[in-house]
Amino acid sequence: MDILNALVAFLNFVFVPGLTYGAQLALGALGVTLIYGILRFSNFAHGDTMAFGTMVTILFTWWFQSMGISFGVLPTALLALPFGIAVTAALVLGTDRAVYRFYRKQKAAPTILVIVSMGVMFVMNGIVRLIIGVEDQNFADGGRFLISAGDFKKMTGLSEGLAIKGSQAVTVITAVVVVAFLFWFLQKTRTGKSMRAFSDNEDLALLSGINPDRVVQVTWILAAALATIAGVLYGLDKSFKPFTYFQLLLPIFAAAIVGGLGSPLGAIAGGFVIAFSEVMLTYAWKKVVTYLVPDSLAPDGLLQLMSTDYKFAVSFAILIIVLLFMPTGLFKGKSF
Amino acid sequence: MSRNLFLFGGVAVLFLLTGLMASWNQSLYILNISLVFALMSLGVNMQWGYAGLFNTGVMGFAALGGLAVALTAAPPVAAAWQAGGLGVLGGLILGAAILGLAVVLYRRMAPGRSRTLALLVVLIGGFFLFRAVFDPAVTAVEAINPSVSGNLGGLGLPLLFAWPLGGLLAAAAAWAIGKTALGLRSDYLAIATLGIAEIVVAVMKNEDWLARGVKMVNLSERPWPVPFEVDLQRTAWFTDMAANWGFDPVTGSSIFVKLCYTALIAVVLVSIVFLSERALNSPWGRMMRAIRDNEISAAAMGKDVTRRHLHVFILGSAVIGVAGAIFVSMDGILNPGTYQPLRFTFLIWVMVIVGGSGNNWGAVLGALLIGWLYLIVEQVGPNIMGAITAGLPEGALKAHLVDSAQHMRLLTLGVILLLVLRFSPRGLLPEK
Repeated sequence: MDILNALVAFLNFVFVPGLTYGAQLALGALGVTLIYGILRFSNFAHGDTMAFGTMVTILFTWWFQSMGISFGVLPTALLALPFGIAVTAALVLGTDRAVYRFYRKQKAAPTILVIVSMGVMFVMNGIVRLIIGVEDQNFADGGRFLISAGDFKKMTGLSEGLAIKGSQAVTVITAVVVVAFLFWFLQKTRTGKSMRAFSDNEDLALLSGINPDRVVQVTWILAAALATIAGVLYGLDKSFKPFTYFQLLLPIFAAAIVGGLGSPLGAIAGGFVIAFSEVMLTYAWKKVVTYLVPDSLAPDGLLQLMSTDYKFAVSFAILIIVLLFMPTGLFKGKSF
Repeated sequence: MSRNLFLFGGVAVLFLLTGLMASWNQSLYILNISLVFALMSLGVNMQWGYAGLFNTGVMGFAALGGLAVALTAAPPVAAAWQAGGLGVLGGLILGAAILGLAVVLYRRMAPGRSRTLALLVVLIGGFFLFRAVFDPAVTAVEAINPSVSGNLGGLGLPLLFAWPLGGLLAAAAAWAIGKTALGLRSDYLAIATLGIAEIVVAVMKNEDWLARGVKMVNLSERPWPVPFEVDLQRTAWFTDMAANWGFDPVTGSSIFVKLCYTALIAVVLVSIVFLSERALNSPWGRMMRAIRDNEISAAAMGKDVTRRHLHVFILGSAVIGVAGAIFVSMDGILNPGTYQPLRFTFLIWVMVIVGGSGNNWGAVLGALLIGWLYLIVEQVGPNIMGAITAGLPEGALKAHLVDSAQHMRLLTLGVILLLVLRFSPRGLLPEK
């Protein structure tokens, strides 16, 4: 019984939050890695693209809510999501046309593009703060819990409860659907194949008649969609605050690099590596261990390896280890 | 040359106008902060302008400089040292020794399963050992009189010592980052420095034993020879001067103090500009530019590109650290909450790019110009917005619009950065 209790506590406090956070990071890192693979620079504006997409979705959600439209047990934000993606894609395409295209034609060095993306980050950050402000916004509605801790205890008779929030279930399911679609798109469709060809060898792809402008456009649209979805899911699960999204940049980059920049599969693996390390290192293990060991050995302390204030240090440490020992990442991305 | 004079003259006029139209106090306040920003810009310019290194962690290096001020100038807390000083220091030394041992093992042992096992044992065992020594000491230190101290305090040295120490701390951090991230893709340095900055500030916020975290350290002294306003108002020669020249001693004393700071910072700034100009025109400077312009051919000439990058990265970060220390000693308060990446990292980047990367005078000019713009909008912006929206009825919309003035700055800075990069990538004062 105690082993089961320990297992449930582990699932409740480590596995489910880690899985959800990992899915959000994976979606974010997929966007970064796609941009890197096709356009060959690290997009510092990705965090703020996420914030922008989430903001638009929140505005649509509020509008829908004011008209009395809801999505039943599912959050209304899911209904607003396509609109958020459309607006974000339009903004990102506009940015590419107005800003990035010039440097692409010039074949500017990647560092210049990174600085340019920093400028774009400023602008997007300014727009978001201007429209919605810097405060926390909570826009989750619909069913709060798929299973609440109380129901779970009644059902199983265990003393530990397992709570799965609606937003967590929505996150994981949406992420699976999105990733499946993305891989189908990249592997099976003509556009997806041309994108992979362009990423592998730009000259050869151009030689075989692939239209580079179209590849770039599709990449931006995909990146905008991924960023908006990741941002909305993160916002539903926790809450929306522009500065938090800027800070997400570090774990997202860490995830993309751990997996290997430019490798979509790697981005997903990297997202989960970062998320689980973060949750496991900052979780106070006292509860789980108390169930597993005899009473006489019960721990006094919290058994927390690191305070949650340092969760960014975890992704940073992993990033440093990867840079030191395998700069191409788990899935052989591009390191030079 | 006439272009340089013209542009610097223009900026001087901006500051004079602020003095005449608003107040000299405000003008000098903006000038002093802009001069510190100019120091930071010089540091970034060394990294970006000389070597093409992209450092997004300016905030972290500046924060380390600020930390140095608290560690040097604050008086030591004797009771805390007695309670846990040895434990904290011992813990830190033990942690460093464990990492050192792991590095030695990694270098000495043959790759394979036994090395991995040994490393894991050393690192995991070492982590728990470190926590066992460090944690009780920290708890003991933080328990001592937490409302006024709760930390180990500083060395009680004169404040000026903090400036070079700030440079040293920042240089040490830059060495660690540069060692890992240089020599790989250029983006990796940007991402790694972004991370170290976040972590430095997180440590400063949460480690109360170090510099009281978010409870802040108030400094009770100023760098020699800057006096306190209150003391100045009681000094005979100053009150005489006020009477003779006919100015208000209260305002006069605060202007006098600011002028002292201006002079101090100007000394540091001029010496750093002088040194970096000399360096830039020496064989070393030519080598750096050669590496920046074509790494492959420089490497073919036998230059160790990664090592040179490491040197210049450390140098630039040290300058940023000194600037960070000056910033805190001017404020008289170390508040880790004020370290915002937008203000301490990206603002400096805009200054360097707008001023002209690769040109030291450009970095100074950009800092003075953008610093003036940024700070004047901070102070005047809400008033202007208030005047524009005066006709609107009171309510959420008006409050939102008045609030939005500060966010307009970000937008404006971003647009300026993009426009300069696109249409005048060499900046106001191009590199020769």
